[in-house]
Amino acid sequence: MHPFAYLRASGVEDALDAGHRGGRYIAGGTTLVDLMRQTVERPGALVDISGLPLREVTGTSQGGLRIGALVLMAEAAAHTAVRSAYPVIAQALEQSASPQLRNMATVGGNIMQRPRCPYFRDVTAACNRREPGSGCSARHGFNRSHAILGASDHCAAAHPSDLAVALAALDAVVCLAGPDESRNVPLADFLLRPGDTPHREQDIRTGELITAVEIPAHPQPLKSGYLKVRDRQSYAFALASAAVALHLRDGVVGQARVAAGGVGTVPWRLPAVERHLIGERPSRRLWKEAAARAAEGARPLRHNRFKTELLKRTVERQLHTVGGGT
Amino acid sequence: MKPQPNAAVGAPLSRVEGRLKVTGRARYAADHQPEDAVHAVVVAGDVALGRVTGIDTRAALSQPGVLRVISHLNEPDLAYGGVARSEPERVFQDDRIRSFGQPVAVVVAETLEGAQHAASLVKTHYDAQRPMTDLTYEPGGAEPETYARGDAEAALRASAVRLDMTYRLERTHHNAMEPHATVALWDGGRLIVWDKTQAVLGTRNHLADVFGLPRDSVRVISPYVGGSFGSCLRSWQHVTLAALAARETRRPVKLMLTRRQTYFGTGFRPRYDYTLRLGSDRRGRLTGAVHEVRGETSRYQNFTEPVLVPGQMLYSVPHVEQTYRTVPLDINTPTNMRGPGYATGVHVLECAMDELAHEVGVDPIDLRLRNEPDEDPSSRLPFSTRRLRECYRLGAEEFGWHRRNREPRSTHDGDWLIGTGMAAAVHDSGRAPCRARVRLDADGTALVEASTSDMGPGTYTSQTQIAADALGLVMRNVAFRLGDSTMPPAPVHGGSATMASVGSAVQDGCDRLRRDAVELAVADKASPLHGADVNDVVARGGRLHVRNVPARGESYGHLLTRNNLTHLEAVGSYAPGESRHARFAFGAVFAEVAVDRHLGLVRVRRMLGVYDVGRVINPLLAESQAVGGMVGGIGAALLEHTVTDHRDGRVVNADLADYLLPVNADVPDLRAVYLSGEDRDADPIGAKGLGEVVLVGVAPALANAVFHATGRRVRHLPITLETLL
Repeated sequence: MHPFAYLRASGVEDALDAGHRGGRYIAGGTTLVDLMRQTVERPGALVDISGLPLREVTGTSQGGLRIGALVLMAEAAAHTAVRSAYPVIAQALEQSASPQLRNMATVGGNIMQRPRCPYFRDVTAACNRREPGSGCSARHGFNRSHAILGASDHCAAAHPSDLAVALAALDAVVCLAGPDESRNVPLADFLLRPGDTPHREQDIRTGELITAVEIPAHPQPLKSGYLKVRDRQSYAFALASAAVALHLRDGVVGQARVAAGGVGTVPWRLPAVERHLIGERPSRRLWKEAAARAAEGARPLRHNRFKTELLKRTVERQLHTVGGGT
Repeated sequence: MKPQPNAAVGAPLSRVEGRLKVTGRARYAADHQPEDAVHAVVVAGDVALGRVTGIDTRAALSQPGVLRVISHLNEPDLAYGGVARSEPERVFQDDRIRSFGQPVAVVVAETLEGAQHAASLVKTHYDAQRPMTDLTYEPGGAEPETYARGDAEAALRASAVRLDMTYRLERTHHNAMEPHATVALWDGGRLIVWDKTQAVLGTRNHLADVFGLPRDSVRVISPYVGGSFGSCLRSWQHVTLAALAARETRRPVKLMLTRRQTYFGTGFRPRYDYTLRLGSDRRGRLTGAVHEVRGETSRYQNFTEPVLVPGQMLYSVPHVEQTYRTVPLDINTPTNMRGPGYATGVHVLECAMDELAHEVGVDPIDLRLRNEPDEDPSSRLPFSTRRLRECYRLGAEEFGWHRRNREPRSTHDGDWLIGTGMAAAVHDSGRAPCRARVRLDADGTALVEASTSDMGPGTYTSQTQIAADALGLVMRNVAFRLGDSTMPPAPVHGGSATMASVGSAVQDGCDRLRRDAVELAVADKASPLHGADVNDVVARGGRLHVRNVPARGESYGHLLTRNNLTHLEAVGSYAPGESRHARFAFGAVFAEVAVDRHLGLVRVRRMLGVYDVGRVINPLLAESQAVGGMVGGIGAALLEHTVTDHRDGRVVNADLADYLLPVNADVPDLRAVYLSGEDRDADPIGAKGLGEVVLVGVAPALANAVFHATGRRVRHLPITLETLL
């Protein structure tokens, strides 16, 4: 670990000021400290934001839900409003990491997670994300965990977050405070595909601070849920996952929101699947036909070819779990 | 003398050191903190083959608190005599790189953080060559190990049923909870080392020979080991590095490997490619078997393990031919890992037996019974005990084996396909010479010592039980100490040999001491036991008394005090005699799995192991061992795989987030049953050893259950979902 300065922010303004001067925000530290130990991250200064008043879950005036950036994963998963309105979020959180990590990690930190690519975490390997221009070891290396969607020649690391997949399905918005202005960015735009700048992972400016994540109002009732497929039953990253939220009206699908994890360089919305569902009656056949469209555009690598089929089956299973039908 | 009554032995007692462990007061290697200790951090090379052309230490040395950076450039003077003479991996003696992650320098600093940071600033330059690390593409080196009886090829040609199967088992690492650590302190010409080790004396001898010291000038202390599974049966380079760094800086030095470094700096269970051709008659009676085994090893050391043994003795096969070839690669040397050799050999054999059972349409247990030998077919010796038939019968009954529909893919539970599988397990009953010192004080407490270890099986507890019964003391009045090279010599703590070897020496020492006490009493006119028959006196609850006449006797304390003795002392010993028996521990493992028919997920539902291990000293510890063995076997079957990037030889998943071990959710409902009894032909205490056999047989039972669930035969470990989609 490289030496660093440490500042405990007394308020949001104080934090923004320190952030503007180049300090890295730290809350639960479950990703950042790990990466600092491996010298992947070498911040000169840490700004501890864990004491800031960003730890509430509240309703928005438009009928949506606002989750403060410093709400712990465990708290969000246990929150009544989250559980009743958006089971998909609670389930995604409960299938994330381990209880110990969920008791430390925050919602804001979760969507800022850095990739799990083993070469990214090994400072002796080439990695464009860690060291722009150094090359990508994963492309022709061991890439079982990598993305089949949204990759470029420069990077194919899968986005590691489960929560972000659920949030992406629900059109969540990231609320940012900055030294000059505050702005709201849809999560879909906030998380960036690697393209030829894989080191840019989020649309975030120097000194900007995530204050909350907002989920807009959705037509009710909304049935939703999250399925994570992984090698072991706990404490493992997704090989494929599916976040599904369905609004059924008069026996047909009125609104469908489907996103996949473990397969994309960012949480992957599946509009072709969603379109196929609208106006249709739930049935096993419908789910299968819709899920067949889940892997459109997939470009698998050597060790993750199985993900194309696994993705379709995961989406199909979760559509059936949430939507029912025979 | 007649045997003592058993009060402690056989009782399910909790670990005597349990409280120390759960309250954090048990001091593991790295918990030792000599005054003035400084910290050493290894700089690991990041090429697998070549030469070091330069090491830039300027940035590291400019950091505050950094004392030294030591590398081959310092030309450290190490003797490498004695047992270390043939050792090719000599620490910092040349510029050669033999495997990825090899230590190229060690940084010593006042603080751990300072040493870590400075280590990350050391810049190394190499003249690197492309390494060969993939077993698939190398022909193999030295003369293979072979075995033959009869004419297996001819037998196969004449067989009504022939199977030809190739299995692949990936490399796995021990991943004990405690990482390897060494604390080294020089006191003049003497070296004291606190080390995580299963070989207290082996480590002492190694260090003495590396540093050119008399053996009694080195003391190795290792009171607690936080799991090991074979990973510290030998001293790896970091042990020498710690002692070297302490010598060069003239300060006590603490060196811990990081989790990542344990993947490069210690051994592992090697990858195997194993082809087995099996012949039988139509009823499944084996006629011949041809085994062709290829396993990885390093270029500088030929590591072999008993992979071939199960194929020689588990079944009555008249014609057997075996070839075991090691393939030297640009990797570090593999080592023993729980159930070494057997875990691999039994996996292949037991999966193959399941394939044969399916082929000839026979129940897998019936097939095994049809091939059960009456004596060891390889040595022609009788088995000391072999109670596999009982294991099968009891296991089948407890597990409900015969309720299964033999047809694969015939049982469902929603989206889950349900399957059951079984396998035999075997491991040899290792034993070796051992001594133990026993001291009984006038206050009625005893201290027993041997330089063994306790990496988790419960040596502290089981030896205390043996000593307590042999001395006739209650458990709390007996202390067993281990893990110090100044104690009487004990064999390495491995190979399921500790219980039999150390236990027999402890038993002998305590028997001797008790006899001395009895002889003292019967000759002592002031003793109530005066004139009693020596063979008629027993010890119980700290008292010696005439058998069945508790009133006629006295306490050890009275006896010693009256005779002006502060204590009695005896040294016990055990030396295995010539073998007139083949000694093996056996087991039968049963497993039920569920496989998601669409997603390919394999989930263990329940497992049962039934074991024939001779006498069980402590059923609670034995059950813990079995559950741990099953967890290890589940890992091997479904999760564990050290992945190498063959482009440069690096291990890609060198951490516990990417190298997957089972978590609690993966290991429900594991049950172990031990056949009661003892094996007096195995050793004086009748124990066959159980630490290894409980891991053997788990993976094939699971693989066979996966076949039964899905109808898919996966001949590759670990079995991951992509194979089953």
